[in-house]
Amino acid sequence: MCLAVPGRIVEIKGLDEAAIGRVALVDFNGSRLQVSLALTSEADVGDWVLVHAGYAITVLDEAAALETWEYLNQIEDVGGLLPANGQAESEQ
Amino acid sequence: MDRQKIRNIVEQLQQATRDRPPIRLMEVCGTHTVSLFRSGIKSLLPAAVRLISGPGCPVCVTSQGYIDAACELSTRPGVSICTYGDMVRVPGRSESLADHRGAGAQVKVVYSARDALQFAREHADRQVVFLAVGFETTTPSTAATILAADRAGVENFFVLPAHKLVVPAMTALLSSGEVPIDGFLCPGHVSVVLGCGAYRPIAEKYHKPCVVAGFEPMQMLEGIARLVRQVAEGQALVENVYPIAVSEDGNPKAREIMDRVFEPGAATWRAMGTIPESGSILRAPYRRFDAAERLDVTIGPDYEPAGCQCGQVIQGKADPADCPLFAKACTPTRPVGPCMVSSEGSCAAHYKYARHT
Amino acid sequence: MAHGGGGELTRQLVRDRIVPKLANPLLVPLTDGAVVDFAGRRVCMTTDAYVVQPLVFPGGDIGRLAVCGTVNDLAVMGAVPNALSLALVIEEGLPMSTLDLVIDSIAAAAGEANVVIATGDTKVVERRGEDGLTITTAGIGRMRDDVRLAVNRIAPGDVVLITGTIAEHGLAVMSARESLAFETSLRSDVAALNGLIAAMLDSGADVKFLRDPTRGGLAGVLADLVDDTALSLEVIESAIPIKPIALHAAEMLGLDPLTVANEGKCVVVVAAGDADRVLQACRRHPLGASAAAIGRFVRADPPLVELITRAGGRRIVQRPYGEELPRIC
Ligand code: SF4
Repeated sequence: MCLAVPGRIVEIKGLDEAAIGRVALVDFNGSRLQVSLALTSEADVGDWVLVHAGYAITVLDEAAALETWEYLNQIEDVGGLLPANGQAESEQ
Repeated sequence: MDRQKIRNIVEQLQQATRDRPPIRLMEVCGTHTVSLFRSGIKSLLPAAVRLISGPGCPVCVTSQGYIDAACELSTRPGVSICTYGDMVRVPGRSESLADHRGAGAQVKVVYSARDALQFAREHADRQVVFLAVGFETTTPSTAATILAADRAGVENFFVLPAHKLVVPAMTALLSSGEVPIDGFLCPGHVSVVLGCGAYRPIAEKYHKPCVVAGFEPMQMLEGIARLVRQVAEGQALVENVYPIAVSEDGNPKAREIMDRVFEPGAATWRAMGTIPESGSILRAPYRRFDAAERLDVTIGPDYEPAGCQCGQVIQGKADPADCPLFAKACTPTRPVGPCMVSSEGSCAAHYKYARHT
Repeated sequence: MAHGGGGELTRQLVRDRIVPKLANPLLVPLTDGAVVDFAGRRVCMTTDAYVVQPLVFPGGDIGRLAVCGTVNDLAVMGAVPNALSLALVIEEGLPMSTLDLVIDSIAAAAGEANVVIATGDTKVVERRGEDGLTITTAGIGRMRDDVRLAVNRIAPGDVVLITGTIAEHGLAVMSARESLAFETSLRSDVAALNGLIAAMLDSGADVKFLRDPTRGGLAGVLADLVDDTALSLEVIESAIPIKPIALHAAEMLGLDPLTVANEGKCVVVVAAGDADRVLQACRRHPLGASAAAIGRFVRADPPLVELITRAGGRRIVQRPYGEELPRIC
């Protein structure tokens, strides 16, 4: 229904042209997008936010946000179906 | 991710559902539909847990009349359409926006309503129409963009509104009584805005358990496990397994901005007809942004593309595989209905991620 | 019109409207190049047209793309690339500085790949759109006599490898598109693979298949393999090398990284017993340091690409069916 991704505010760019809200640069683990903070006025540099369609829709707790990334970051656990990678794990 | 944890929950589910009649759970949200397939969770569930896709794909619930109107608008000289990607390939009466773009119409895919407004400011000579679809996650962003356009006095920016409200759709499904539903896996990101309190009436009035979940495999599985437990114990509570993003009250600021610009009103849903108070319509001070009014667009009645059962699919009344066109006349390369176009449409998810022959 | 994404739609267009009228034994296999017999010497010939928007993107530009793409098409056929032709269609209004940059980059890439630009043609045409420059290259190379690349040699148990991390090219190009611009340290992986491929072939392993997963991504090549072998492929999601930054950028845009284009990676099929040898050879080469085995062929009906997901579930991988637009919902 609605894709939203957590990212961390690295910079506040200032108010948008119409002064509806601030615009921030949000880092998604290495890629950065400009995001409006119009819906989350309390957000500040260093905060984790959940971003949907160019708008931050909520501020996240840092520990929780990191946990959200965890699933994505676990890419080393190579399955044991492939002995060629030199790692074994029982996977059925 | 802890694969062992996942295995444990799956085992628990197997035990809990052994020798039981199937439990029918509706995943309201299209992103859940896709994530359940993409992560492989769907393949792990015991047969007795039946997941039914609900009316939560913004493109799929948009009425055919709206699609036709957007296509017609795109052919007018001087008009540029800005839209989220998924709308582009939905077939209208004869053609899709993508076809019209091929024939010279200006159809621009944007990531945000803000990009559409920016485009309008940079192209003062064009009338820029943003196709405003989506649920309460997206509506506040349209609202904030309209506020910005209003304050900046942008004259050539319009929206063709088709925003919808989730809870009225769930209620309409339940009160029609046509689809047996034992519980709802509630959308994670809509709930960020609404708060999980929004589902209380459903739990209380209709006695259906509601569990709000995010989109990682563990979350979805946990949500399903809680629903199964509630059903088994005859409970109907609202539970939240996505507390890091969803609170009881949601995001009041987002709702305030949404309510400033939009008010609830009747909305036409694909195949479900017009449901009172199920959509967001522009309040009087912002009507000048309404493309329907300002550019004289008629949104015709809804109808189903010949042979397509999307309407049944989005209400959980049919499985994609029940549609005689599925994977035959209707494929992602030649979609007949929107459920096959949208990346989170139920038919596309089944086609892409499930085994079919 | 969604025929542009290198997916199912492009395949249909080529199969239904183009090939039937031109069919001959050299063309019909629809591989990356054709092997022509010149008085007993087997020569591989290939051609490709390059359009990319923007012309210059993080990690590369259309010139480097054109040289590397054609070199790679030859190399995956088992040929040693030798000479390239270069046809430029320049639209009026293309900044001279851009043209200079592209030509410098062509020279540099040709040097890296050890090929010469042997002939060329240049046309200047009226401005048609925002593209500004189209490049068409043809390439020739001598076929190696010691390799036998053929899909029909693939058997159950054979292993699929990828020579490095996926999805970087497509994401880097997207980050530079005006409409969806985002800042990223991601770079296109565009590179000439002839050195890496030579290292694998020289390892003595019995390599059965090579293909660079460009448009359509890894998913496209895996789907082709299943179509062409009538075998199933079991692929382990967690074994597929991908940089976290690419994974997160794809997630941010709502894209499936399996369907995103690469320009410096190669999919390799070998017998299981040879997999280690190829991996070692790969990992010794700078372009193959993160090579990994990602799946294997099995007999199953119907033939499918099945992904064993990180969560331990299963799902089907299909060829992307056209432009995979970033989605919001
Ligand atoms: S398979 Fe196609 S025609 Fe059938 S319901 Fe789905 S979208 Fe409609």
